[in-house]
Amino acid sequence: MNSCFINGIGCVSAQNTFENTFFEDAIDISNLNIVKAIKPNYKSFIPPASIRRMSAGVKNSIVASSVAIKEASADQLDGIIVGTGLGCIQDSENFLNKMIGYNEEYLTPTAFIQSTHNTVSGQIALKLKCKAYNFTYVNTGGSFQSALIDGLLMFEGEEANNILIGGVDEHAEYTNKLYQAIGYYRQDEEGKKNILKQRKSGVIPGEGASYFVLGNEQSDSTYAKILDVQLVNKLDQIDLPSFILDFLSKNELKLDEIDVVILGNNGDDEFDTYYDEASSIFESSTLLYYKHLFGEFLTSSSVATYIAAKILREQVIPEHLLGEQKVRKSDKIGNILIYNQYRGKDHSLILMEDV
Amino acid sequence: MDRGVAISGMGIVSAIGMNAKENFEALKKGQHGISEVELVDTILKENILVGEIKKSNQELEQILKLPTPNSFSRSSMLGMIAIKEAFRDAEIQVKDNTSMAFVNSTTVGGMDMVEKFYDSFLTDKKNQHYISVNDAGSNTHLMADYFNIKGFVTTISTACSSAANAIMLGARLIKSGRAEKVVVGGMDGLCKFTLNGFNTLMLQSNGFNKPFDDERVGLNLGEGAAYLILESQSSLQKRDKTPLAYLTGYANANDAYHQTASSEQGEGAFLAMKKAFEVAGIQPEQVDYINAHGTATPNNDLSEGRALLNFFENKIPDFSSTKPFTGHTLAAAASIEAVFSILALRENIIYPNLNFKTKMKEFDLTPQIEIKKKEVNTVLSNSFGFGGNCSSLIFEK
Amino acid sequence: MEDLKKELKLKIIEALNLEDMSVEDISDDEMLFEEGLGLDSIDALELIIILDKDYGIKLTDSKDGKKIFRSIETMATYIAEHRSK
Repeated sequence: MNSCFINGIGCVSAQNTFENTFFEDAIDISNLNIVKAIKPNYKSFIPPASIRRMSAGVKNSIVASSVAIKEASADQLDGIIVGTGLGCIQDSENFLNKMIGYNEEYLTPTAFIQSTHNTVSGQIALKLKCKAYNFTYVNTGGSFQSALIDGLLMFEGEEANNILIGGVDEHAEYTNKLYQAIGYYRQDEEGKKNILKQRKSGVIPGEGASYFVLGNEQSDSTYAKILDVQLVNKLDQIDLPSFILDFLSKNELKLDEIDVVILGNNGDDEFDTYYDEASSIFESSTLLYYKHLFGEFLTSSSVATYIAAKILREQVIPEHLLGEQKVRKSDKIGNILIYNQYRGKDHSLILMEDV
Repeated sequence: MDRGVAISGMGIVSAIGMNAKENFEALKKGQHGISEVELVDTILKENILVGEIKKSNQELEQILKLPTPNSFSRSSMLGMIAIKEAFRDAEIQVKDNTSMAFVNSTTVGGMDMVEKFYDSFLTDKKNQHYISVNDAGSNTHLMADYFNIKGFVTTISTACSSAANAIMLGARLIKSGRAEKVVVGGMDGLCKFTLNGFNTLMLQSNGFNKPFDDERVGLNLGEGAAYLILESQSSLQKRDKTPLAYLTGYANANDAYHQTASSEQGEGAFLAMKKAFEVAGIQPEQVDYINAHGTATPNNDLSEGRALLNFFENKIPDFSSTKPFTGHTLAAAASIEAVFSILALRENIIYPNLNFKTKMKEFDLTPQIEIKKKEVNTVLSNSFGFGGNCSSLIFEK
Repeated sequence: MEDLKKELKLKIIEALNLEDMSVEDISDDEMLFEEGLGLDSIDALELIIILDKDYGIKLTDSKDGKKIFRSIETMATYIAEHRSK
């Protein structure tokens, strides 16, 4: 059974994660209702002939995955696994708008082709001419975690040396309005709040693309080791402590051996109570938050994975992730646990260790 | 000896039947399910034929005894009917499901509902509950709730190979010890979005689809769902259950050639077959029947035909495409054809490739055109999709 | 004819998202596909829609497109002969 190391990362988000200065400085997004990713310079990564049909999510994915692959010096990939909650929603919207607007006449294929959920993984494979294993998960708040579990299965089964894993979601204008209408996203005027201080109904939507090259061997570029990932569909709040404890004991760890817990608080008063419950059992761990800086999206735990990997390698905790909390452990950071759920579903734990 | 992963139950709905028995009877009689569009409100009605299940959403709700209003899409309802049958077949009670894993797959998800109310969502509150199934995974979650499945639940979407990949992941979950029982499969209902999408690509035929025929002009889209219960040996032994068949080989590869078209030589298909045989640990000549992808588009059948000829070194076993019966059911295709493959193993029958008349100019390849009784011990099932996604599955007695 | 050619170039740039190109960058006899402008089969389907929507020409077989879409010149000639709007 092989181990799983993170050997390269590329992260496009609302913060300067792509430029790699996010640990020094954070951009205040508390005045925004919709949090958009900072656009990298696409043209230095994608030839103009291929860029013209790509939506934001595809472009961000190509760029982020290129950076991750380069950092890991992974010439050959044995798998490309992408998780995406809403898929290529800009092109789905585009095709729907035309189909309904023109009453099914004069439709062109581009938006339809690009709207297919596996566009991103297919495009990455096409760019790299990579004929290996290629999967796409579209499982709401558990899309990225599903991709990670698939990756772990590949290493456990000794099926791979290097694989690319990613999480990506993009904004689409009308879709954002729809989710506002049913209260999943906050209404325009309600957004402007610090979500860690003040909870309300709904979340502030974000977007991003985070890609990781996972390898079975440690290298100079290694950030951290992924020990285990678990995803369950549904969990009552009362069962959350035993869910976490069982997971830790399966991995032969005790509560106080977890140095940092990264929580997915997104300010939604209906569901943030799960995070309260999780916080209450970790008395000695440092608690960190990130969605107040990135917004909430279905694959946002890929950002938490980026943060955990960087903390483990650099042994630094950026102050802007602490919220109102304090660093509880100041010695070496050995183990980090990420807990996430979306609207009370897709509860996931990602456990990482320093190398 | 490693017998792969056991299959302890299966369920299916397609244009040729609402359960496995009805599907098998239609296959035996050569009775196809291709017709004009009746249930989707589209201007394409006159130009295309489809494999439509002639049951309205209301009828599906009644079959499942769903309360209204609910947020189930057509795809989900078709999926739930098939899963119910699979549970019955595997003799699993709904209350036993908490430890079960569920790997679903779909390309349509809740699109049929979203497209219906897209324009009026913001002004008409009464249908807004369907907004929540806009993402594919939410459909899976609602289905998991219906069957009380609380453990590992996920959704795969890799175009027309989706269900093959769901079956493959399920097998790997069991082999790794992460699951004892997994429901795996795919579902897709017909909707305007897909009909129009394939129309823009000029991939649909206005007549009956003719896989591997020189005069084939395109596919007929279809709808349906099929699921298998995959189960570990220890779980089967515990409850003293005999499996239907075994899944012994599986693989996925990417053609990395074009977004929607297959490469001329079908390299992705070749790789997927090669890896699947490696996993199964058997030789290609042991195959008794191939259920081909055979969509009847000019491109697919040429590419698949070449890949088959290369892989089997010109000695291709009996093969046919069953898409002339069901239409191309997209994410459900591979699981529908998995059920057909298992039925072939159990009943020792292989199915005709309907509508075939003339061999393709490019090579000497004739599919099985009559129903044939023979000893069937090993079946290969291929599924390929947009984004270069190619998957092969091997089933054994 | 010259107007039609210019019009076609503008339409192609817009429909195919050729962001960095202008009318001057496409010559009348340049090959639109393969080694010329480098368009592909998906673009061909977009061009078929332009013929239908803007000029009332329906192509039923995507293979016919090959000859018609050779260059701006061949496209303009075909449209001038067959247009119904």
